[in-house]
This record gives sequence, structure tokens and C-alpha cells, in this order.
Amino acid sequence: MFEKKIKGADFHRREFLKKGAALASVTLASGVTLMALSQGAAASANPDIRWGLLIDANKCPSDCSACISACSNEHGWENTGLDTDPQWIRKVTLKDKNTGHETSLPLMCQHCEKPPCVDVCPTGASFKRADGIVLVDRHICIGCRYCMMACPFKARSFVHEKIEGQKTSSPRGKGTVEGCNMCVHRLDAGEGTTACTQACETSGNGAMIFGDLNDSNSEISLALANYPSVELRDDLRLNLGVRYKNI
Amino acid sequence: MRTLFLAFFIIFPISFIGSLAQENSVNSMFPNVPKAIGNPHPEGNEYWRINHPDLLRHDRDKVLREGERKIDASIKQCVTCHAVFDEDSKPVKADSEEFFCSTCHKFAAVKIDCFSCHSSDPDINFLKEALTQDNPNSGVPISQLEMMRAYLLEKAK
Repeated sequence: MFEKKIKGADFHRREFLKKGAALASVTLASGVTLMALSQGAAASANPDIRWGLLIDANKCPSDCSACISACSNEHGWENTGLDTDPQWIRKVTLKDKNTGHETSLPLMCQHCEKPPCVDVCPTGASFKRADGIVLVDRHICIGCRYCMMACPFKARSFVHEKIEGQKTSSPRGKGTVEGCNMCVHRLDAGEGTTACTQACETSGNGAMIFGDLNDSNSEISLALANYPSVELRDDLRLNLGVRYKNI
Repeated sequence: MRTLFLAFFIIFPISFIGSLAQENSVNSMFPNVPKAIGNPHPEGNEYWRINHPDLLRHDRDKVLREGERKIDASIKQCVTCHAVFDEDSKPVKADSEEFFCSTCHKFAAVKIDCFSCHSSDPDINFLKEALTQDNPNSGVPISQLEMMRAYLLEKAK
């Protein structure tokens, strides 16, 4: 009896509920939408949104690593001093050889519009969500590390050791590739910020602005429109989701 | 004659052992599946026993690829309602034989790798919700429920 009820994963209660809701909305007056349905749509990856970050290198002190520890706490990765440690985000120091001026900045997955890691992935595990976040589907990642080779920013890490005590909201495991996921679980929950941005604000430096690049009234879009900014390796024309000021 | 002989020495002892096992405890022959808290599955346990891989696989793509997190078959929710606590009042990990999934999967010799990435600890929000749900038939021992409440309090600190 039950075998006939389901074939593969075609049958799904949610689909049934959605269809039911659609029928219900027909019978309602026009302009009246069902609250539960509209909330559900807002929470999922929205193609009208493109999440982005703007980092002001002038406001980023070289001795501050608040964003790194926040990311580490949020996602459960840690630096133990080994060469093979994962790095979802790291601090990079740039030095002008002529003047000796040093600039410190955090570097993580740049969430390209045209991500090379997605191009080279042989299984389709590396993918870009509708809202511009580039992720690894570790269910189908075979750990070949092509994406790590393709990434111009060295933003991805391979997990070499068995992991225990993962965070419930951030699954990670041996034999797969991982990287910054723009705190996708927070965004889906409607929080609208990332752990690193929050930590940067709390530290008082305020070097990071997170927001929707497609919304012309968002804080990040206004800042981008008013002040000059650059994307790293703009010669590659990848149209990055992360941009920098004052480098 | 030979067949009779075989029947006597092979089939009789097997049935004897079987009946003995049944008299003593069913658990010695079959996996002892721990009872769960929270509302029971509306489709029934038999349906879930057969279809849980498909349901989980379908919903994982919804979550990861579409960001649709309000789903029915979430591994977080599975491990929460089906959590088992040990003598130290800690939730047992996926590698323990007492862990809900392990009881059947060890019995059937089917290896799962869900928990090489996913946490097998109960989720705080789902646990809160499940403990408030009225489920008189769950059969979860009161000591287990107490441990779950203590776990919640500890995590809330």
C-alpha cells in the first residue's frame, strides 16, 4: 500500500500543501495572500537578491581578527596550526614595496557571479544559489579539489581529518571541500547579516557592510554608489559579490 | 529417512531457540528501536521505515539548493525527536549502538555516512517544541524526558 503511495521522491507533503494554498488563494478576494505561503517564499533563495559584502581596508586594523574567530565559532572550524587547517576566512596583508605601507584585509570566498569553481566541478557539487551565494553540496562532493585549483582567491579548503562535534547549522566532514557560505543558514532564517559582519560591528571597527547588491536603497548599494571600490582580480571579469575599499 | 533426520536436528533446534528468544525478550533477536518524543509521523511508522531515504534526499536538495528550510524531513528534526540519552545525561553520538539510526542500520549492516558531516546532537529549538507537544503514547521513559529537559537548561545557559 505504501509503496504505491510514493514513487521516488515525487510525492511530497509540502507540494500538496502549496497546491492546496494556491487553490485557497483563488477562492479568496484578489489582493489577499496567504501569510504562511508568502513567508515561506521570502525565506528561500530569492533570485531578485544578490548578497554582497563591502570591506573597507582602512578600517581594518592589522591586529584584529574578530571576523575570523566569529566565523570559526559560527561554523565550528578551527586553526590548530597545521598546514592543512581549513580557512573559511583569513587576514591578508598587502605591502606597498615603494612606501612600506601595509594594508590588512579579510579574504574569503568572493561569491563570483561567474564562479570558476562551479565551471570545473565534475559532479555539480559546487554551485551558485539563486541569490548569488556560491556553495558546496557536500552530499555529492567527491573531494577532487578541482574547485580549489580553479579559485583565484584560494578561498576553499579541503577537510583532511575526521570531524566531530559539528555545529548543527553548519555540517562539515572529512573528504569534502568547504568555504565561506555567507552564513546561509542565518540568511534563510531572515537574519540578514553574517557572523563576520556582526563581529566587525561589535569590535567597533565597522569595516564590513553586508547587504543586497540588487537593492539600490540598501546600505551596501548606497556605499558602493558614493565611494570608489574595487574587486580583486578584476581582470578575470568574474563580477565578485565581495568588494573592497581603500586598497 | 535422511530428510527426517535433517529436519529433526536442524529445524527443531532453530524453532526451539526462536521460541526461547521470544519468551525471554524480543530484543535479543530484533533491534531494540528507541521510542521518540514529539508528535508521531502522520503517515505512520511503517511508511517512514520504507521511505525515509527518499524523503530525506528530496528535502536536502530543497534546503541546500533552494534555501527552503521549512521542510518536513529534516535531519535536525529526526535526531531531535529520536534522541537517546545515556547514563551521563548526554545525547548518544551517531557512532554509538544505542543511537536511533544505528539500532536498525547496524542490524541490517547498512552503513550511512550522514553523520560524518551532520551533527547527531538534538537541536535546541526542535527539542523545546517536541517536549511541549502532547504525545501520551510515545512510551519514552520519564528518566529520558528529564535528561532532555536538563540538556535544554544546560544549553540555554
